[in-house]
Amino acid sequence: MIDDGRPIFQQIADQLADGIAAGAYPEGTQVPSTTELAAFHRINPATVGKGVNLLVERGLLHKRRGLGMFVSDGARDALLADRTARFSDAFVAPLLEEARALGLDLGEVHRLVDERADQRMRRDPAQHEPPQQRHPGPDRERTPL
Amino acid sequence: MSTGHAVSTVHADSAPAVRLDRVGRAFRQTHALDDVTLEVPHGTVCGLLGRNGAGKTTLMSLLAGHDRPTSGRVEVFGHDPFTHAPTTSAVSFVRDAQRYPDDFRLRHVLAVAPRFHPQWSHERAAELVDAFRLPARTDVKKFSRGQLSALGIVLGLSSRAPLTVFDEPYLGLDASARRIFYAQLVEDLAEHPRTVVVSTHLIDEMEALLEHVVVLEGGRVVRDCSLDEARSAAYTVSGPAVVVADLVHGLPVLASSRLGGLRSVTVEATLTPEAAAAARAAGAQVEPASLQDVVAAHGAGPSTGHTTEQHLETAGARS
Repeated sequence: MIDDGRPIFQQIADQLADGIAAGAYPEGTQVPSTTELAAFHRINPATVGKGVNLLVERGLLHKRRGLGMFVSDGARDALLADRTARFSDAFVAPLLEEARALGLDLGEVHRLVDERADQRMRRDPAQHEPPQQRHPGPDRERTPL
Repeated sequence: MSTGHAVSTVHADSAPAVRLDRVGRAFRQTHALDDVTLEVPHGTVCGLLGRNGAGKTTLMSLLAGHDRPTSGRVEVFGHDPFTHAPTTSAVSFVRDAQRYPDDFRLRHVLAVAPRFHPQWSHERAAELVDAFRLPARTDVKKFSRGQLSALGIVLGLSSRAPLTVFDEPYLGLDASARRIFYAQLVEDLAEHPRTVVVSTHLIDEMEALLEHVVVLEGGRVVRDCSLDEARSAAYTVSGPAVVVADLVHGLPVLASSRLGGLRSVTVEATLTPEAAAAARAAGAQVEPASLQDVVAAHGAGPSTGHTTEQHLETAGARS
């Protein structure tokens, strides 16, 4: 926690969102209370509250009076779609930037990606079956990573 | 909330819990505090940061009404804490040099403390004593440094005082005991919100507890802002000296170091995505400075802050 320069409330929100996306907090279930999150991470409760509210504003969490915060229906799909949309910016752009700094051309980058994908496939073929339409994506044949 | 004492601590949002207006505190020729103006909003945790001798303890003594300013005005919940007795019981001051009567054991301290603090929580006190494993049969004056700090934390948190002031509350505590303190502090604050002012040098491990940050240097306030603002106040560029010099040109430099042909410069500016991209494109590394870096940069050399001569001039003008 708080290992980078982003605001702490943002990191709390991201961490909860990651938990929802990973299925650790299934839809309809309760997420830890502000007090629990604050005590667990040793973070100011107001900061935690601000982070939780970010997810409420995005409709990913909702409050049930007197009970606490719950994961909204559709939250997981929304988060996965969001991450898919950001995949290129978050992973492909830095990859290409570093490749350029090293003087690798695009063909070499492709070759390295394929090579790595093959390695993974050989190591554990079962884990790399295509995902079963978890969220809408471009309609083309998927090569499992 | 019925508090049973005469100070109203529940104000409109506009009224700060603590207000200092052009406060000075001089000890002979030394200005421990000089023209300090600041406010701490209700219900926030404010970190008081700065090097030793910056004036942190002097400022906290003023808040607790243990001392009065040479000039300017100190207000806690709208009153002067030095003269207004009810305000004193609204403040719990946990300080390094707390003394206890010679024959006191733990139970004596825990029996006396609630008399000063009407909102005292026996449950919180019992939980903390247990967590810190404070000995019941040892005279408090024989407590170790860490045990004394732990006892101070028990008193500060259990008092549930509307304003709690911790002066480096972690001295002598091991890492597990500090974690207990942080977890209990945020848990108790979540359930019973109140205003806390805490001084610390352990910035990396305590910054997440804070909402507001005040940095003192040589008795003056050099930074007074939210934690997020303070955390994004500076960034460090490192790489080939020529490239770095170009990238930081015109920006206020907080710290700078050199290693052969490489240079690392911390500048006081918000890191924009454009600046980060420009730096990377030029072959330099860029990363946000930590709050610790920002605080360490203040008071690190004579170029920041005012000189001794200015100090004495101010002192002369005042007396």
